[in-house]
Formats: sequence, C-alpha cells, structure tokens
Amino acid sequence: MIMKHTLSVIVENHPGVLARVAGLFRRRGYNIDSLTVGRTENPAISRMTIVVEGDDVLIEQVTKQLHKLVEIMKIQDITDEPSVDRELVLVKVKADAQVRGEIMQIVEIFRARIVDIGPNSLIIEATGDENKINAIEDSLRPFGLLELVRTGKVAMVRGGR
Amino acid sequence: MTMKGAEVLLHCLQEEEVEVIFGYPGGAVLPIYDALYASDIKHVLVRHEQGAAHAADGYARATGKVGVCLATSGPGATNLVTGIATAYMDSIPMVAFTGQVPTPLIGRDAFQEADITGITLPITKHNYLVQHSRDLARVVKEAFHLARTNRPGPVVVDLPRDIMAREVDPSEQQAEIGLKGYRVVRNCNMGQVLLAVNAIEKAERPVIYAGGGVIGSDASETLQELALKRDIPVTTTLMGVGCFPETHHLSLGMLGMHGTRYANYAVSESDLLIAVGVRFDDRVTGKISSFAPHARVIHIDIDAAEIGKNYGVDIPIVGNVKQVLEEIVIRLQPREGRCEWHHTIDRWKEQFPLVYPESYEDGRIPPQFVVEQIYQVTEGEAIITTEVGQNQMWAAQFYKYTRPRRFITSGGLGTMGFGLPAAIGARIGCPHLPVINIAGDGSIQMNIQELCTAVEQRLPVITCILNNHYLGMVRQWQQLFFNGRYSYTDMSQQPDFVKLAEAFGAVGIRVKKAEDVVPAIEEALTVTDRPVVIDFWVTREANVFPMVPPGESLYNMLGGDE
Ligand SMILES: Cc1cc2nc3c(=O)[nH]c(=O)nc-3n(C[C@H](O)[C@H](O)[C@H](O)COP(=O)(O)OP(=O)(O)OC[C@H]3O[C@@H](n4cnc5c(N)ncnc54)[C@H](O)[C@@H]3O)c2cc1C
Ligand SMILES: Cc1ncc(C[n+]2csc(CCOP(=O)(O)OP(=O)(O)O)c2C)c(N)n1
Ligand SMILES: [Mg+2]
Repeated sequence: MIMKHTLSVIVENHPGVLARVAGLFRRRGYNIDSLTVGRTENPAISRMTIVVEGDDVLIEQVTKQLHKLVEIMKIQDITDEPSVDRELVLVKVKADAQVRGEIMQIVEIFRARIVDIGPNSLIIEATGDENKINAIEDSLRPFGLLELVRTGKVAMVRGGR
Repeated sequence: MTMKGAEVLLHCLQEEEVEVIFGYPGGAVLPIYDALYASDIKHVLVRHEQGAAHAADGYARATGKVGVCLATSGPGATNLVTGIATAYMDSIPMVAFTGQVPTPLIGRDAFQEADITGITLPITKHNYLVQHSRDLARVVKEAFHLARTNRPGPVVVDLPRDIMAREVDPSEQQAEIGLKGYRVVRNCNMGQVLLAVNAIEKAERPVIYAGGGVIGSDASETLQELALKRDIPVTTTLMGVGCFPETHHLSLGMLGMHGTRYANYAVSESDLLIAVGVRFDDRVTGKISSFAPHARVIHIDIDAAEIGKNYGVDIPIVGNVKQVLEEIVIRLQPREGRCEWHHTIDRWKEQFPLVYPESYEDGRIPPQFVVEQIYQVTEGEAIITTEVGQNQMWAAQFYKYTRPRRFITSGGLGTMGFGLPAAIGARIGCPHLPVINIAGDGSIQMNIQELCTAVEQRLPVITCILNNHYLGMVRQWQQLFFNGRYSYTDMSQQPDFVKLAEAFGAVGIRVKKAEDVVPAIEEALTVTDRPVVIDFWVTREANVFPMVPPGESLYNMLGGDE
C-alpha cells in the first residue's frame, strides 16, 4: 500500500551529511515529501525527519540504503508509533482594513499568531500537525496568499526514554 | 618531534601495509611526492590517472588487498572518476587519494579546484575531505577500514595541499576509528541458517548461483564443500568466475545473458536456488518475473539492501558468505550420488555444449579458438584480465578457471580500457603468475598509454587483441536488433598495433593464421622483461552465443543450440 512514512534518522553532525542523504534519494529515484534537519541535545548528533511516500517494499529499500551511509546512526520508521509531530508555517496574507477582523478570528480559532502587520498584509505564524497546517492554509487562501513557507515535519515518539 | 602532513600520511599507509601506490603527480600533491621521494613505499608512475585507478583495482582483485591510487587536484582527480566508479560497481576495496587546493582557497574556484568529494558521492562507499591536520591519521585508518570490511568498495580521501605541507605534531593525531554508525557484520541469524539447511536437504533440483561476494570473502573452498557435500551443481556470475572450478563435473559455467544453455536451463528448472554473494543483476536474470520460476530462493549477502532489491527471496541471510556457508555446511547431512537432476543436467550439457564454428566465411581466425589456445598453453594457470565487449565474453566462456582471483573483469560498469592497467596492477600484486589481458581492438585504444608504464616497470604482461576491426559487441546488437545497420562501429581505421607496441618499447606480434596462434602465445610467455602485444586478426563478424535477448526470459536464448 502506498502511503506516507515518517522516518526519524539520527546522523553524525558532519558537514555534507545532508548532501549524502539528498543525493541518495535523488539517485535512486525516491521522492522526499519533506525533510527537516537540526541538531539534538548532543551537538555532535543531528536528527532528520524525512517524510517519504511509497509502498512497504520501497520504504524498506529506502531504509536499508540510508543505513549504508556511514554517518547514519539510527533509523526509525515512526509512522505507526504513538508520536507527536509538528510543522510550522509562516503565511503572508492580503489584509486590508475590511477583512482584518475576519482573519484575526481564524487566527484565534487555530491558536496561531500574528507576527507582523503591514499596511495591506499580515504575517501569521502557526504550528501544528500536518492536518492543522493544511486547514489554516485552506482557510486563509480566499483572502489571497502573498507568500507561504512551511518547515516540513519534525516528530518525536511519545513516552519511553 | 614534528612531521609534515605528507609524512604522517605515508606513515599511516605503512601501518596499513600498503606496498604500492599507483599515481601521477601535480601541483596539489607536490608535498606528498616530496615525501614519497624518501619513502620505502613503491610508487608506480602511470601515464593517465584512469590507469592508476584501474591498476589499483586490478591489484586489489588479484591479491584481495586494498588497492591505492593517488592523483593531483582538479583534472587529476576527475581522471580517476571512471576507475572509482568501476571499483564501486564491482565492490572492490580501494582507497583513492586526491590532492586538493589549500583549505583557504576551497570554494573559490581556485586553480585546479574540483569538488571531488561532491563528484564521487554516488560512486564511493564513503569519502572524506580532510579539513584539519589533526584528523589525518583517523581518516586514513577509517578509509582503509571502510574499503575492506563488510561490502567492500572505494573510498576517496581528498587532501588539501596546505594540510600535507604543514608541520603537524604527531602526538595530536588520533588514530582511533570513529564511525559511530558503522558496524562490521560478525553474526548471522541462526534461525535463517536452519531454514536454509532444511530447504537444501529437501530440495530435489538445487542449484548454487555464486558471485563476486564469494571471491571477495575468500570463501571459494567453503563453497566447494557445500557443493560437494550435497552434489549440488554450481553456476557463477561473471564476477564469480573461478570461485568454483570450471573443470569440475558439478560446474555449469556462467549463467545469464551470455551464460551456457545448461546453466540457464538449470536455474530455470531448479526447485531451490542458493544465491551466494550475488546481486540479481539484470544481465543475469533476464526478464525478472520469469527468473527461476519454480525455485525457492536462499540469498546470502552481507549487504541487507541487496536482499529484495531486485528480486523477492524466500530465505534471506544477512552475513558474511564464508561464515554463513560454514554454519550451513556443518549442519548438513551429506548426500552423494547422482540422481535424476544430475542426469537431466548431463543431457543438457551433451546437447548444448559451448561451441563455435570451426571456421568462418571470411577465413580469419575464430576468436574463441584464440582464447582456448591461451587456456591450453597456460594450462589454466594465468591471471586473465579483460577489456569489455565480445572479447570479455569469450574470455569468460572459453578459458576454464579453476581458482578465484584469476579472472579480472569490469562487470558492473563494463569499462572499456580496464584490462591493460588492471593487468599491470595484477602482475605487481602477483609477480609469479603470467598475466594476460584479453582485449578488443576498440577497448585497447582507450588506455594504451599504459604500455609505457609496463615497459618502465619491466612487466611482462601480455595483451592479446582479438582484433575484429569492429566495436564487435555493439556491432552484434546492431546486426541482431537494428537490422544490420552498422552505425559507427567499424574500426577498420586503426593503428598498426605491432608498430605501436614497438614504439612503446614492448614486443609486438601479429597473427593472421590459426596455426600461428599457439607459437605466438608461447613466444610471448618467454618474454620476461617487457610487455607483449599480440594482434590476432580474428573473424570480423563472429557473435557471442548463447545470448538471452534483452528483456527475454533466461531460458529463451539465441544460438548455441546446433
Ligand atoms: C558486456 C557485458 C556482458 C555481461 N554479461 C553477463 C552475463 O552473461 N552473466 C553474468 O553473470 N554477468 C554478466 N555481466 C556482468 C554483470 O553486469 C554484473 O556485473 C554481474 O552479473 C554481477 O555479479 P554478481 O551478482 O556476482 O555481483 P557483484 O557485483 O560481484 O556483487 C557482489 C555481491 O556480493 C555481496 N558481497 C560482497 N562481499 C560479501 C561478503 N563478504 N559476504 C556476503 N556477501 C558479500 C555484495 O553485497 C554484492 O551483493 C556482463 C557485463 C558486461 C560488461
Ligand atoms: C568506456 C566505454 N565506452 C563505450 C562502451 C560501450 N561498448 C561496450 S562493448 C563496446 C565495443 C568494444 O569493442 P572492442 O574493444 O573492439 O571489443 P569487441 O566487442 O570487438 O571484442 C562498446 C563500445 C563501454 N562499455 N565502455
Ligand atoms: Mg573489436
């Protein structure tokens, strides 16, 4: 069955690791849905959260091929694990005086924040899981999206260590 | 006491027991060459960096040790690329050192700067750009460790000039391997081993399909134990040639696109395929959906990613071939004696032997005959390297290999120009064995400059050109699949190879008649201090048969059935 998988990948924090991972996906024709990377509690180690779409056979290949990269220490497919995942979005939306009130209501409902006010626009920041971010995007679209940027997903398994 | 970075490097190479470096100097590696001037490590000066990479590769294939090559930054490094990719595709242990511009200039398009770690990302097992002197010893150690362990492969180490030239404090060097994410595979799953043992004992029509992994892990003897204990027929891939003696009655020779009919039939009819150190390459399987259609499949491979990559298997075992085979063999009940399966195979062997026409219309020498005579004269004891094309396939089909590491060929990348430099590397690694490069007239022109290297090194490597005045393999495909439209494959315009050999300081011999074949080979084998080129004028339009046409099932072969 083709579905989106979330891989949590622990890597050595070396220059070039990202290029290796990206190169592997490109070379073998795997599609990255999103990829985020940042350092962890240990500055020598980074964590990548990779969302990739495919059937089980493909995901198994992706995982095994990733494992062969020498700087990759651990890979966990957390798709079916109880986990928290979050994404952040910044949206610059058209907002003249007439619609500002309406937009602010939407911001309220989604517990988002207004982080900049321009003469004819607002920048809104929101975090949440993928569905919530999609919903915010859809709600703001009718007003006119001037710019939008999403970070891609970060995720963490609940409980345990 | 202080040492220069380059001296630390050479010291590390000695720790790794490196005997020989194949290299070519230039600005960025001047400090390394300065240190080599006073070093005990042998350096072989090639005539093109591609030759250095292939020679290091040939040395590695012949000896099982890690091959080492060295080139300067920029064009020197990019000239290595084809050689690195060749080693990568065939999983050959190699460390390639490249010079780099000084660290402060990196990224500024400095003179002879090339991003060789970026370029070689997809064709190395791993690569390094050394950015601090203190990392030097650790990086070299890790590079060799990675190259030779688990699934072997090439590692590139890029060395900025300032780091080589600068004085470093040896006590600052860390020689501990880091590699937190890399584990050497030491165990295998015993449950899977037992499943395999059980499947083997139940099988009525088993076949072993053995490949390069058997040679890489020096497991030929263990493989033979397995085959003999249960009387199991063995076929090998091109990369596995020699891991099982081809003179043995259980040998089926090579399988695949140009394999024997009996090997391809046996695999297609088998009820158990024991795949050992192989990667289900498309040249082997033909149409994958009809490969070994009746068989359960055991797959032993050290690289977990190979399992299920191209072909779904029933009993995967991740582990070192040698160790896994040992675990299987001690648990197997012996069973000898011939059964229906052996008789079936014998009938195929009788009906469809590897043969070739005694003579062709154009009256020139059959190329297969030349290979057979090389086998006869050398009594099967030579190291054979090959170029790529028909020459390579005939070298695989008509020489009978009885030992591993005696057949050296570029299988995965199929690199024309590989054979001569590889022969040089092989001969340096095995100075007591005759080394013969079976070549094509097209391929030999790709790295012919290395004759000069062999002359300088006084290496008696013999190149036997099967000269059909064509890019024969491509011409064969044009004949069979493109209505005989020989588009740019005619190689009639070519140098006089005899004069060319002589110009380089080698011995040149031309052979146009079948009766002169053996005397020429014998004469070449008497030369001890320089290379020999024999230019055999062979039939122009001979084809390699049998042949599984591209996209066809393995059992649907052309030719070889008269
Ligand atoms: C013109 C041309 C025609 C060709 N025709 C044919 C043909 O007819 N038949 C044919 O067979 N090939 C043919 N080839 C070669 C083909 O392209 C492949 O290179 C070859 O089949 C691969 O061999 P292999 O499966 O043994 O794998 P290799 O490339 O040798 O790979 C070795 C495998 O063993 C594993 N391994 C390595 N070390 C160990 C270890 N210690 N323990 C366990 N596993 C290990 C590796 O992970 C890998 O999966 C042809 C090539 C050319 C250029
Ligand atoms: C570097 C490189 N370029 C092109 C090819 C494609 N190719 C494969 S076989 C072949 C013909 C080789 O001709 P020759 O060396 O004369 O060998 P023959 O087949 O005639 O024995 C070519 C061009 C290749 N394998 N390698
Ligand atoms: Mg030719």
